[in-house]
Parts: sequence; C-alpha cells; structure tokens
Amino acid sequence: MTVEQTPTQIHGNGHHGETIVEVKNLKMYFPVTSGILIQKKVAEVKAIDDISFDIRRGETLGLVGESGCGKTTTGRCILQLYKPTAGSINFDGQELTKIKGGDLRRMRRRMQMIFQDPYASLNPRMSVGTIIGEPILIHGLAKNKSERRERVQELLRTVGLNPYHASRYPHEFSGGQRQRIGIARALAVEPDFIVCDEAVSALDVSIQAQVINLLQELQQQFNLTYLFIAHDLSVVRHISDRIAVMYLGHIVELTDRDELYENPLHPYTKALLSAVPIPDPAVELKRERIILMGDVPSPLRPPSGCVFHTRCPIAIDECRVQIPEFRNLGTEGREHWVACHRV
Amino acid sequence: MGTLLSVKDLRTYFYTEEGVVKAVDGISYELEEGEILGLVGESGCGKSVSAMTILKLIPQPPGKIVSGEVTFEGQDLIKADEDHIRGIRGNKISMVFQEPMTSLNPVLTIGKQLTEAIELHLKMNKNEAIRRAVELLEMVGIPEAARRIGDYPHQFSGGMRQRVMIALALSCNPKLVLADEPTTALDVTIQAQILELLTKLTREMGTAVIIITHNLGVVARYADRVSVMYAGRIIETGSAAEIYANPQHPYTLGLLKSVPRLDEKRKSKLNPIEGMPPDLVNLPPGCPFRPRCPYAIDKCALDDPPLLLVGQKHWAACWVEVGSGKPREEVAHT
Repeated sequence: MTVEQTPTQIHGNGHHGETIVEVKNLKMYFPVTSGILIQKKVAEVKAIDDISFDIRRGETLGLVGESGCGKTTTGRCILQLYKPTAGSINFDGQELTKIKGGDLRRMRRRMQMIFQDPYASLNPRMSVGTIIGEPILIHGLAKNKSERRERVQELLRTVGLNPYHASRYPHEFSGGQRQRIGIARALAVEPDFIVCDEAVSALDVSIQAQVINLLQELQQQFNLTYLFIAHDLSVVRHISDRIAVMYLGHIVELTDRDELYENPLHPYTKALLSAVPIPDPAVELKRERIILMGDVPSPLRPPSGCVFHTRCPIAIDECRVQIPEFRNLGTEGREHWVACHRV
Repeated sequence: MGTLLSVKDLRTYFYTEEGVVKAVDGISYELEEGEILGLVGESGCGKSVSAMTILKLIPQPPGKIVSGEVTFEGQDLIKADEDHIRGIRGNKISMVFQEPMTSLNPVLTIGKQLTEAIELHLKMNKNEAIRRAVELLEMVGIPEAARRIGDYPHQFSGGMRQRVMIALALSCNPKLVLADEPTTALDVTIQAQILELLTKLTREMGTAVIIITHNLGVVARYADRVSVMYAGRIIETGSAAEIYANPQHPYTLGLLKSVPRLDEKRKSKLNPIEGMPPDLVNLPPGCPFRPRCPYAIDKCALDDPPLLLVGQKHWAACWVEVGSGKPREEVAHT
C-alpha cells in the first residue's frame, strides 16, 4: 500500500483545528520467540501493518474494530509505549519515534491515557490523592505540597467527585467513580491529547452515559483531542467526529461520523454496523442483518491480498492476491477513505 | 403450551462480613415451554444469582436460599435433594456461561466433555455418545467436527468455544437453557452469530431459554418476554414489544434513554440515570430506585411498590404513572 497523501493533507474539517497527531505508514510487528536459553525469533505478529491517519486539534477520532485488530496497539504506539517497527508518528510538529529520555518525557506530559479496566489501572495501595498527585509531582507542575493538594482537589471536583475523596483508597469506589479517578489522573498534567482505550466498556449502561457526558464536557472545557478506542459502534458514533475502522492490523475505512453511518463503503464496516443490536424489537425485526462467517484470522498468518477476503461476502479472485489501496473516494471536498477492490 | 417453570417469592441472601447481601429479594415469575425470556439488569442486580439459584449452584455458605419455590415439571427444586438436582443439571436444565475460556475444562478434550454428559444422562454407550457428540458439533457449525472432537479447548477461538458450550448445553435435549451473558465476552460480529445459533436451535427443539444480559439491545430481537431487575427484584416484566415500546418503570425508561442508538439521530448529549446502584447491604426503605428516580413521590420513601398491572400482561413496580407523573391506581400482581 502506498500513501502519497495522508488523510490530513486533503482538507481541514472546518470547525476543527490543525493536525496534532500525524501517523504515517506505521507498522508494529511483535516477535514470537522460541527456546529456553537462547530466544530465537520464529515468527511475527503483525499487530499493525502499515496504517496512516491524522488527528486534528480538538476533535475526537474514533477507532473501532474487534479484539486483536490492533486498535490498542495503535494507541500505545502513538504514546511511545511500544517502539514501532516502522513508520513515523508526529505530535505537534515533533517526530516522536526519534526522541528519547527527557525530551520524550516532556512530550509525554502532553499525551495521556485512560484505561479500560478501572479495577486494574489504579494502584490499590495508593490513596486517590497520591494517585492523582503523582503525575503533578513527577512533571513538577506544582510549587509545593499545598499547591499540589489544592490542584488534586480541584481535579476531583472537575470530574464530579468530592475533594474529601482524596484521602480514600480505590477499593472504596464503584467502577464509574474509579473511571472518574482515572480521568482526573490523566487531566492532572494538563494534556493536549488523551487516548481513551475502551474507557467506558467496563461500565454499566447507566454509568456509561455519565462518563461519556463527562468526557465530552472536559473536551470542550480544556480543548482536548481524543483518540477514542472502542468496539461499541453506537458509543463511538456518539462521541466521535471522525471514525477509523480497523481489521487485522489495517485501517479499512476512515471518514467522518455521519458519512460512515449513512454511507458505509467497506463490506466489513457494513457487517459491523448491522451486527450492533438496537434496543427496539420493532426495528430489529425489520432490519437486515449481515452475519459474517467464520472468525478473525490469526495475525500470525494474515490472509494474502485483502486481509478481509476470507470472511467477505463479496470477495472476488483479485481480493485474494492484490492488497487493496487505501484511497479517498469522497466527493465535494469530503473525505472518505476506503481500502476495498469492490467499491 | 404449559408452564415449564414457576418461581415464587425466591430470596437468596449472602451472609458476608459487611452484612447480609440480599442478592435476590423476592422474585416471582413463570416460564412457558419453549419461551425465550430476557432477564436484563446491571451488574450486581441479582440476575445471575437468580438463575444459579434455580439449579442450586449457590455456594452455601456464604449464600443461602432463604425462601421461595422453584417448581419445574411439577417438582419444587428448592426442596429437592442433591441427587435429584444432579439428575436435572446439564440434563433437563443446562447452562451456557459468559466465559467460554474458563467454563470448559482445559485438560479434557472437547469430545470427552461432551460425551461425559451424554453417557451419564442419556445412558448411551461410548460409541453412541461419540456419534452424538459429532452430530452436536456439526449442528453448532464446527467445521470438521469428527476430527476436532479430539482437540482441547485452547485450540478453539472464543466464538468456537461458545459454540461448543451451546452443543454441551443442548446435548441432552434440555427443557430449559439458562444462558448467562452468553455473548458478552465475544466480538460484535461473533455475538450476532452465536445468538442467532442459540435461538434458532432452541426454537427448533422447543427448548425454553432464559437469556441473562446487561445489554437491552441483545434481547430485543430474540426474547418473547423481558424482565428487568434492579436491586434483587424484578421491577418490570412484560412482552418484549411492550417493554421497549412502552416502558412503565422509570429505571427501564432511564436505561433505554441512556444508550446511544444507531438507528436514531445523534444527540449532542446522552441522558444518563443519575447516581449509583444501591448498596445491597444497606438498602434504603421504600423503593430501592427512589434515590435515583426523577419521578419519586413521598410514598416511594415509605412503601416498596409491588409489581402492579400496567398493561396487557405488563407489570411494573412503581407507584407513579411514568407518562403523567401522577400516582398510580393500585392493581396488584396476581
């Protein structure tokens, strides 16, 4: 796949600002090793195989796909939690793959992450105040202890908790409250960009809506940019401005929210959308459902040609041999990127 | 069609250090033969415990079935002895669990796990059981079933494992399948496959199913009837069409309003239910939903509402008429 133009350079989306994150031809292969004393590389898992996209300041880019498609790896590569195999990641004019040490740490202050599991992502032995205060301490964002304490209390209020919660421990909180603590921790360093990795997936329906509303309010208040990784398409549509659909390490479709839901082009996107249940039997009975056959293939041995051809209802011979080009089919200045021979 | 299962005033409590957790606190319902019931609620509302109680799969202690009757084919399972229950588990009533990873035995082949139940309950010899097992695997759509019967669970993907679980649950032609979050751990595209398969097979066999889920969308397409649970009790029950089109409990209404829907215009803000689910150790007096309820009136703090008739075979446990906001006339659940 060759990319002469990344989706950025085509046009700007009016109300959103300039590009803040630019990912180009990113590849992340994990080695599979064998042997006890001497580890030999026997294979590679192609978690991400050549993807390009950009994120604009103040927008939310949704990243959807099934487990193992590489969406979490993408988020982690951007934050430099993994060292990518190839490709470039540009954050606000700075090439992240080339910097390290103190330079990288200073950039990391501007990029944060909110994790999926609010039970596993907070240290049970630290009080909430310490958890939220630690990044402030590490990055030297408060002059002294009392200023730090004030800042923590202010953050707790911002995410809808009480300042006195600072002295409590994570186990005293419910899942939704813990997720609020995780959000406060991410906000503590005043970041520009937050990767929300399945940030609401573990929460109950009634609490999920509370946290989604909070994330949207914070985005407006602090002009945050989100990469919102999730598998729930109805949630992603609600929160995102643009959406990228991933399958087996590739982005198969990328366009703005409404265009994706009104006019999906890739057969995988269509199947994903039709699989989302709608809480209304009257609508459900009339809906046509595309049920994909089989399972997602192993990223150890991805299929030749288009990676989706093994499950694609409209695959032809060309799909089995030729990798489809990721091209822009949008009209009237809109962008609509898709990788499929059949559209 | 006759009544297959009748549950009356079932209460299952857990005696913990923090106090008594009233996980299931007085639920009653009936299930017709071949009916698909959706049991919907958020984590900790008692939906799984209520299903486990039917098969007496509650660890005792700390759990205890405090009161109630579960009448299955004319016999009360709560009073029945362990031998009798064992003859029913996996035979006339079987389960499909949430985690296909942990609910199959990792050190036994798929074939062994399937034939074990068949030999025991259907009194078949080994060869007959193997033949039946292969048939079952073909029925649930496992390719090359005859060869894969010798494979171990780890050699199957999540979706395939859930297919094996369904084969296992259907192996002895059960009258009732309890499916506890059967698709929650699976990917969206696989979820659709599995639910389609489970409901198609059970409809063909005339097997009743209770689908336990937190996702209102999942049951909309498949359930005949839906019961919504909150804080250990059923707070609304009715036909699926009624519940979704005309919800009468503020909690059901709140749940339906709080999820973004793909088929509707996108709203700029979601409408969450404020507050948190109650602590089951210290339930407030009156209606357990009152602290979160936008419709609450004085009476709600004093009296816990029973299920009141609110429509055609449609009951809701609420003192207030959701449409008008006025107190409801009392018509007790029979």
